[in-house]
Amino acid sequence: MLDQYLPILIFMGLAAVLGLALFTIGWFAGPRRPDAQKLSPYECGFEAFEDARMRFDVRYYLVAIIFVVFDLEIAFFFPWAVSLRETGTFGLLAMLVFALLLVVALVYDYRKGALEWD
Amino acid sequence: MNAFSVAAFNSGLTLATPEIFLGLAGCGILLLDLLIGDERRHWTAALSIAALLITAVLAAGVEVSGPVTALGGMFLVDAMSQALKVVALVIVAVVFVYSIEYMRHRGILKGEYFVLGLFATLGILVLISAASLVTVYLGLELLSLCLYAMVAFDRDSGRAAESAIKFFVLGSLASGTLLYGMSIIYGVTGSLELGTIAAAVQGGLATNIGLLFGIAFLIVAIGFKFGAVPFHMWIPDVYEGSPTCVTLFVGSAPKIAAFALAMRLLVDGLGGAHVDWGQMLVVLSVLSMAVGNVVAIAQTNLKRMLGYSTISHVGYILLGILAGTSQGYQSAMFYTITYVIVAAGSFGMILLLSRHGFEADRIEDFKGLNARSPWFAGMMAIFMFSLAGLPPFIGFWAKLGVIQAVLGINAVWLAVVAVLFSVVGAFYYLRVVKMMYFDEPVDAARIDGSPLMRAVLSANALLVLLLGIAPGALLVVCAHALP
Repeated sequence: MLDQYLPILIFMGLAAVLGLALFTIGWFAGPRRPDAQKLSPYECGFEAFEDARMRFDVRYYLVAIIFVVFDLEIAFFFPWAVSLRETGTFGLLAMLVFALLLVVALVYDYRKGALEWD
Repeated sequence: MNAFSVAAFNSGLTLATPEIFLGLAGCGILLLDLLIGDERRHWTAALSIAALLITAVLAAGVEVSGPVTALGGMFLVDAMSQALKVVALVIVAVVFVYSIEYMRHRGILKGEYFVLGLFATLGILVLISAASLVTVYLGLELLSLCLYAMVAFDRDSGRAAESAIKFFVLGSLASGTLLYGMSIIYGVTGSLELGTIAAAVQGGLATNIGLLFGIAFLIVAIGFKFGAVPFHMWIPDVYEGSPTCVTLFVGSAPKIAAFALAMRLLVDGLGGAHVDWGQMLVVLSVLSMAVGNVVAIAQTNLKRMLGYSTISHVGYILLGILAGTSQGYQSAMFYTITYVIVAAGSFGMILLLSRHGFEADRIEDFKGLNARSPWFAGMMAIFMFSLAGLPPFIGFWAKLGVIQAVLGINAVWLAVVAVLFSVVGAFYYLRVVKMMYFDEPVDAARIDGSPLMRAVLSANALLVLLLGIAPGALLVVCAHALP
C-alpha cells in the first residue's frame, strides 16, 4: 500500500530539486553588477516618498469589497447579454434573480452607510 | 454533462424549495432588519426562528422515493439529505433561542447575527444536498464565510478578532486544499458530478496514483472542517475566543455539514476508493480521540474544554465513517445528530448561567449549581453524562454504535482504543458533575434566562434522556437514510 505513495515522494523531491536548481543557476550564471543607483529603492521611477508600511483608512477596504462584488457582477452580465437571444426568457429570469440578490446587498450597504465617505 | 433543459431545471426547483425559501427569507430579514430600531431587534430573531422552522417543515415535506438528482446534476435529494436538513434547521432555531438573552446583555443583539446564521444554514443545506464538487464547494464556502464573520461579531473584543483571523486564515487554507484536491479528482475522473466520479472510480481508477493524491487533499480539508487532529488547532481558540452565542453556533450545526461533506465526497463520490481514505481516517480518528480526550483534562475554561471534547467526538464520528459499511455510516450519522443535540444543550447551559458582565465560561462557575438550581444542575448533568457516554443517555448508544461498526470490520484494536479513550474522557465530564453537586457555590446570583430559553433548554435535556431510553426512532431514521 505504502509503496504506491512513492511517486508522490519522487514528485515532491523533483519539485524541490527543480526549484533549487533554477534559483542556483540564476544566482551563479546571471550577470550581477550592482551600483548605488540600482540598489536604491524607487517608486514609479522616483525616489521613494515614504515608508511602504503605512496605515490605510479602513474605508478603502469597504470600497474594495463593494468593488469586488460589482466588478464580478459585470463578468457575469457580459456573457449573459451577448447570449440572451439563445437563453431567452429563462436567461432573463435567472439573471433577474441574480441581480435582485445584488440589489439586496446594495440596499444593505446603502442603509448601513457604507457608501458615505464621511 | 447532460444537455441543459429548462423544463427539467424548473421541475428540479421544487425539490430545492427549502433552500430557495431560506435564501429569500434571509434576504427579506436582512432588509427588514434595516428598518427597525435596536429596541425591537428581537423581532429579527423571532422572524429568523420562524423562517428556520418553516424551512424545516418544507424540507420534511419534499416527497422523494429514493435519491433524485436535479438542477443539471448539481443537486441531490435523498433520505439522508432530508433527515440531516431537518435536524440542522431545528438545531439552528434552538441556537437562536439560546442566543438572544446573552446578546442583549452584551449590547450585541444585532440582526446580522441572525442573518449570517440563516445564510450559514443555507450553506449547510446546499452542502447536504450536493451532487457535484461545485455544489459541495459552494455550500462549504457559504457556510465558512458566514462563520468567519460571526466569530468576529463582537467587534470590540480583541480575543474574538484574534480567533476570527486564525479561523479565517486556516479555513481559507483548508478551502484551498479542498479545491486543489477537487481539481485533481476532476482531472483524473473527468467529471465534477459525484455520481460520474463514483462510476469512474468503480471502473478501475481506484488504484490510480493521481486519485490517491487528490483524496489526500480532500481528507485534509474534511479533517479541518471537522476539527480532527492534526487539523484541529483552530477549534480551542475559536471556541474560547468567540462570544458564547457564536461558539454555540460553530459547535453545533456545522458538524452536520462536516458529516455531510465527508459522506458526499468520500462515500458518494469516492466510495470505490474506501481502502485508501479508510486508512487515512484511521490515523485522524485515533489521534483525535487521544489528543481531544487527554488535553481536555487540563482545561479550566469550559468552552475550551468542550472544544477539545468536540475534537474527541469527531474521532468517534470518523470511526463510523472509516468502517465503510452501511452500519458504520448509520452509526456515524446517529453519532453526529446526537452529538449536535447534546453540544447545543451544553453550550446553552453556559449561556443560561451567563449574565451582564459575567461569562460563566470557567468550569468553577458551575460549582455548587445544585444548590442554586437543582433543576438546571440536573439538566447539565444529563448533558455531561451523555457526552461521557454513560447509559441510559443518548451518548452511550452513539458510542456503542460506532464501536460495533468497527468491530463489524474486525478492527478490534480500534474498538479497544475507542473504549479506552472514552474512559479517559469520562473523567473531565464527571469532574463538572462533581463540582455542581459536591462543591460550595462561589456565585449566588439567581439563574436568569427567558422562560422560552429555560423551556427549550429543559426540552433539549429531556430529549437527550428520552432518546437515551428509547433510541429506536432515531436509529430507524438513520437506517432509513443510509440503507
